[in-house]
Amino acid sequence: MAKKVETLDEVTIRFAGDSGDGMQLTGTQFTNTVAALGNDLSTLPDYPAEIRAPAGTTYGVSGFQIKFGSVDILTPGDTCDVLVAMNPAALVTNLKLLRDGGTIIVNEDAFTEKNLRMAGLTTNPLEDHSLERFQVNAIGITKLTTNALAEMNLSTRFVDKTKNFFALGLMYWMYNRPLDQSIRFIEEKFGVKDKQVAEANLRVLRAGYNYGDTTEVFTTRFDVRPAKLPPGRYRNVMGNAAAALGLVAASRKSGLQLFLGSYPITPASDILHELSKLKEFGVKTFQAEDEIAAICASIGASYAGALAATTTSGPGLALKTEALGLAVMLELPLVVIDVQRGGPSTGLPTKTEQADLLQAVQGRNGEAPLCVLAASSPADCFLTVYEAARLAIKFMTPVICLTDGYLANGAEPWLIPDAATLPPIPVSFAKDPAGFQPYARDPVTLARPWAIPGTPGLEHRIGGLEKQDITGNINYEPDNHDLMIRLRAEKIERIAADIPEQAFDGPASGGIALVGWGSTFGSIRSAVTGLRESGHEVTHIQIRHINPFPRNLGALLAGFRTVIVPEINSGQLIKLLRAKYLVNAVGFNVVRGLPLRSEEIEEFVEKQIGGNHA
Amino acid sequence: MPDTAQETPAKLTIKDFQSDQDVRWCPGCGDYSILAQVQRVFPEFPHKREQYVAVSGIGCSSRFPYYLNLYGIHGIHGRAPAIASGVKMVNPSLDVWVATGDGDGLSIGGNHMIHMLRRNLNIKVLLFNNQIYGLTKGQYSPTSVLGQITKSTPAGVIDFPFIPVSLALGAQATFVARAMDRDPKHLQEVVRRAEGHHGAAFVEIYQNCNVFNDGAFFQFTEKETKDDHVVYLEHGKPLVFGKDRTKGIRLNGFRPEAVPLDGGKFSPSDLLVHDEKDSTLAFILANMIHNPDLPRPMGVFLALDHPTYEDQMGDQIARAKSRKGDGDLQKLLNGEETWVIK
Ligand SMILES: Cc1ncc(C[n+]2csc(CCOP(=O)(O)OP(=O)(O)O)c2C)c(N)n1
Ligand code: SF4
Ligand SMILES: [Mg+2]
Repeated sequence: MAKKVETLDEVTIRFAGDSGDGMQLTGTQFTNTVAALGNDLSTLPDYPAEIRAPAGTTYGVSGFQIKFGSVDILTPGDTCDVLVAMNPAALVTNLKLLRDGGTIIVNEDAFTEKNLRMAGLTTNPLEDHSLERFQVNAIGITKLTTNALAEMNLSTRFVDKTKNFFALGLMYWMYNRPLDQSIRFIEEKFGVKDKQVAEANLRVLRAGYNYGDTTEVFTTRFDVRPAKLPPGRYRNVMGNAAAALGLVAASRKSGLQLFLGSYPITPASDILHELSKLKEFGVKTFQAEDEIAAICASIGASYAGALAATTTSGPGLALKTEALGLAVMLELPLVVIDVQRGGPSTGLPTKTEQADLLQAVQGRNGEAPLCVLAASSPADCFLTVYEAARLAIKFMTPVICLTDGYLANGAEPWLIPDAATLPPIPVSFAKDPAGFQPYARDPVTLARPWAIPGTPGLEHRIGGLEKQDITGNINYEPDNHDLMIRLRAEKIERIAADIPEQAFDGPASGGIALVGWGSTFGSIRSAVTGLRESGHEVTHIQIRHINPFPRNLGALLAGFRTVIVPEINSGQLIKLLRAKYLVNAVGFNVVRGLPLRSEEIEEFVEKQIGGNHA
Repeated sequence: MPDTAQETPAKLTIKDFQSDQDVRWCPGCGDYSILAQVQRVFPEFPHKREQYVAVSGIGCSSRFPYYLNLYGIHGIHGRAPAIASGVKMVNPSLDVWVATGDGDGLSIGGNHMIHMLRRNLNIKVLLFNNQIYGLTKGQYSPTSVLGQITKSTPAGVIDFPFIPVSLALGAQATFVARAMDRDPKHLQEVVRRAEGHHGAAFVEIYQNCNVFNDGAFFQFTEKETKDDHVVYLEHGKPLVFGKDRTKGIRLNGFRPEAVPLDGGKFSPSDLLVHDEKDSTLAFILANMIHNPDLPRPMGVFLALDHPTYEDQMGDQIARAKSRKGDGDLQKLLNGEETWVIK
């Protein structure tokens, strides 16, 4: 039967199932395939904190959302067009994210009485007309998978585990995507170890694809053309991987050995995993006994002359607090990556949030200023971490790099940088004993010399006690302390002269500025696009350098009548902006553990301007 | 075994290890002796001065690095083993020493201590045990004895103390020793042995805090009582002690007991012979502390040869490089799947 092909600009698909159903793998496979076809995309994995929650429960539902298109894709989508639900729990927990008229694909075999009960349902939604707003395709995925594997003599359990590939194959058919990328993946992943497993997965993948082709149910398939991305070589990258690459690149460009001290914590652990694989780059990774040991080992590593980093999430950053103060006192380079998650306390380990900003900027005893940067997209984690390393070394200071759970596990196409043209990271260790003073300062940056053990004649002691200016000897004199407080602050302020001016999208002054930081970039930018389409003149400012702020930021903000600051916290950047620039900013704050929805930002802005500016 | 073979460094003297900083310990403090013994033996070691790194936490004892003219970090309370670990991993050719106290190393930093020891980084720990918090002016510590009256325990200590040597043994330390501030010759010898050990070395040093816990160890350090209360451990030799060396330790089952050698009933051949390679024996010796009738063992309890953490870390890197070649940054950035947009 000939099927119609319709072309779409963009599509959002959400895969949802039990945490044991392999939804993350399914989503990642789909992502890699659409990426390779040149679509722009953005993904959002949304998985439970429990490793293996009981099957069929609502809290055990694992989701993966991908938005891809031929147009600029900024977010994984506020709502989805297609919901693939492998069981009733996945359907009920995700239904609110499906737009009216959207498509549902469910595994009807999983709609058993028991599973309905587990999902808290008294009637079967496939029969009770509650889904009439949507286009429902109930498919016996379990049965069809079993049929596809009938001759292979496999256990029911095993068969059950492959049914996600049926759904994947079907989605490839629906969106006119080829199977080759996933075939290659299956062959490489399982083929070597177990030919039978590989064969089974391939059969199921093809069965899903062929089902779409042959069944009467689907009459239309969709095509999404490649996006108009800048020319060059691309790959797909997740935030944590990009952060790891940023550190390795900085290590190579500076010529310094890379040392990572870390303690596992969701959602930061993947940076440790990635780097521990890169031994051929001379990377030394150290899984410490806790976060305090992790940062302290990194401080020791920095003293000994390595590019030292420590990676963690909010609770771990809290533990590193005292040692960060030591790093400020010792004035040693150190890159700290905080992959923020929902807090306080253990909070929402697998969800995203921006609530560590003030902890990063101010959360230490005493006056302990340091540099803070924030990455704005998964791929941007690379450049942000690279920049953190460059500044840490140039200014002899710890730098905290804020990313978050959404950036860490979200993916997007990345125009692969040319290693040769990355900004240089010059390093000069002190060598000359003549007139050497551990706390003498560079006249421009105020950085002190980096004098590493093993250098003859530069033996010196440093520590957390207040230092005398220049000599670094212990000193408790009141005026010296006041001077050192000022010098440490001034050094961080001088970073502003070394970083670019604040960029903005839209008019340089006027009515409304939307000011964000970090991972809200995509949500705010799409809200801005929407607002412009409704006739509003809006400027978007996304801040990467949070401490110090870019030198033009105050003047820039002063040029707008209304400054709106959307954040996934209760208002943290806004406090810093108000304190520093006396700007009468308005906050938009939603803290659900999820990225901000651009529609909500738009509505908020509309309400603020009361339609007057339209 | 030293980490690096040196091309005969210029002969160093005690002066090379003395810094220009005023020493700020109380007059009469046991820390002075420990500093002096270290400054005396360091010149013997096959390193250039710039290869030593001294790391400490917080406490009177942790002031140590300031008084040595070496590379040093005076860190934060309890974290010296972690800081030292980072230094050592990055540059294994450095000779890294940790100075810590009973509070610094066993209370706030106890976790770092046990993990550093079990990893067997080639780092030497000198733990100044004065059974008190000196710097904060006299609260009890994790080694204070039951009933000890201190500022924070006016009615006496009720928590059971750590035996630092047992703790180190339990943490799988490959070198464990005990020495005393007031026995300089023996302390020097133990420091030499620690230096010579290729792996983590833990040295507990009984140290008199004459201000807040004066005389805590006098039984073991003073002329009148010392001979009957201390037994010096020597590898391959029977455990003999007493003023005229007329007493010995023998094993009755797993239980050590003191026996007279002059009564005709026991001879040196009945005695326990020390074996530094025997970790079971090391535990038995460490536990002698529980029997007040037994002398306190001093010296090297255990010295085992195990691969160090940093050597294995280096091996893994070397193996990866020989298998895959030196990492290529551009290839790494490219990853596995790429596509080109024209
Ligand atoms: C985080 C922190 N907590 C508490 C202190 C206070 N403090 C400093 S030293 C010390 C105890 C030191 O005792 P010990 O390690 O036995 O050293 P000593 O002074 O006896 O040599 C304490 C509690 C501190 N400096 N930092
Ligand atoms: S308080 Fe005790 S340990 Fe500290 S310096 Fe004085 S005597 Fe020594
Ligand atoms: Mg003490």
